[in-house]
Amino acid sequence: MAITVEIPSPLREATGGQTAVVVTGTTVAAALADLIRQHPLLESKLFHEGRLRPYINVFVNDEDIRYLEEMQTPVSDGATIALVPAVAGG
Amino acid sequence: MSTFVSGMVCRVCGKRYPVSPINFCTDDFGPLEVDYHYEAIQKVFRRESLERRPWTMWRYRELLPLEGEPTVGFEVGGTPLIRAERLAEALGVRRLWIKNDAVNFPTLSFKDRVVAVALSKAREFGMTTVGCASTGNLANSVAAQSAAAGMESFILVPADLERTKILGTAVYGAKVIGLKGTYDEVNRVCTQIALKYGWGFVNVNLRPFYAEGSKTMGFEIAEELGWRFPHHVVCPMAGGALIGKIYKAFSELHRLGLVTQPLTTRMYGAQASGCNPISECVKSGRERHKPVRKPNTICKSLAIGDPADGYFAARLIRQTGGWAEDVCDEEIVEGMLLLARTEGIFAETAGGVTVAVAKKLIEQGRIPRDEEIVLCITGNGLKTQDAVFDAVEAPAVIAPTLAAFEEYAGLRTPTREAAPAVV
Repeated sequence: MAITVEIPSPLREATGGQTAVVVTGTTVAAALADLIRQHPLLESKLFHEGRLRPYINVFVNDEDIRYLEEMQTPVSDGATIALVPAVAGG
Repeated sequence: MSTFVSGMVCRVCGKRYPVSPINFCTDDFGPLEVDYHYEAIQKVFRRESLERRPWTMWRYRELLPLEGEPTVGFEVGGTPLIRAERLAEALGVRRLWIKNDAVNFPTLSFKDRVVAVALSKAREFGMTTVGCASTGNLANSVAAQSAAAGMESFILVPADLERTKILGTAVYGAKVIGLKGTYDEVNRVCTQIALKYGWGFVNVNLRPFYAEGSKTMGFEIAEELGWRFPHHVVCPMAGGALIGKIYKAFSELHRLGLVTQPLTTRMYGAQASGCNPISECVKSGRERHKPVRKPNTICKSLAIGDPADGYFAARLIRQTGGWAEDVCDEEIVEGMLLLARTEGIFAETAGGVTVAVAKKLIEQGRIPRDEEIVLCITGNGLKTQDAVFDAVEAPAVIAPTLAAFEEYAGLRTPTREAAPAVV
């Protein structure tokens, strides 16, 4: 189950400059857990007290997970997960 | 002019950043806001010196985030605050004003304020090309002001936007790209472009500077009232930034001593029922808004399903003792007609939302009838004519003769003998 997580530029310090990280998992929660296992510095940036921070949006194949099954959204082989800062627009 | 900006600060964790084209905290993704050296500003920013300056938004320049003089949009702002006596009577209130940004320059919406700041700032950053995600008014303003400044612009909008708003963007030579999706999808793509290529998007990576421009609407309201704050302000909400910036403007005027009365203004937010994440959040007592996936309203300029400042707007409304409401399409059209027919102001659909929500809040008893109320009208009805097309009576068509007019108007038909007897 190869899933690609795209890393936005402000987070690349925590991934050693990598722009994308290949992870495994069948849900967004599992995929992000694997991401943090590979790059532990990302944990405090993405999560606060075990919950995803409110100003980061997660997309699976360009669909916002809040309109799917949130962290339990299934991901299949070849899926792309994008982490996108939320404070834009208006 | 030297800058009074002290830096940028995360609204979530308070971490400070030097001024740069970035809109969020790299620790927690919280929004960044511009901070100022208020003590230094206090020494130079006084009513007397201010009142000698031209009546544009730049009279408040010490509280805007530029390093030097503005280079874009010199004539923006300075719109009228109108005592709306006929609308007041229709709504059953005593003291009502309209802040009329439907006649802002150059593109007839409050967005001219934010764009003047954003493009001046973009130039300070050395950018020659700018972009935005827009529901229309911002597109118009970025296109017009970047054309006047000799900058290139690329503008991403939902493909189903009103024709007039697309035309009113493309006419300035801007590159307009319609995305087959919602505003929030357009916005996300812009964020991804800005992050990947570092381009200057006025409402993405230039957003902290851009949003400060909205404060000038609040400064003007207070000054036009004679350096006072109104009791109640009703403001339309899309991304939710404007309502917060108007209140920030009041807070700054109070802090700097330009207005001495305590700040007790209550802030009220107006949305369309077909896209009401913030008003729903306030009414349900939720801490954070639930995004609206597919907005469905004639008020496209407020159709942001996942407002960036939703949390802060809802919190401000609660903290000031205000409230939020939303209105359906029919009420929006009624609001537009009521404003046009009582005050001679043709506002766009968002103005209809504001008037209709004010009516609702007054009827609910949320806004008292005997206190001072300001309604913020943010855009011009000429841009959203389709919304009222069916609600306005078609003109009568008659033969080009006096007789035909008299028959149409129900006037007495004159006899032939009535012709002048003396030649």
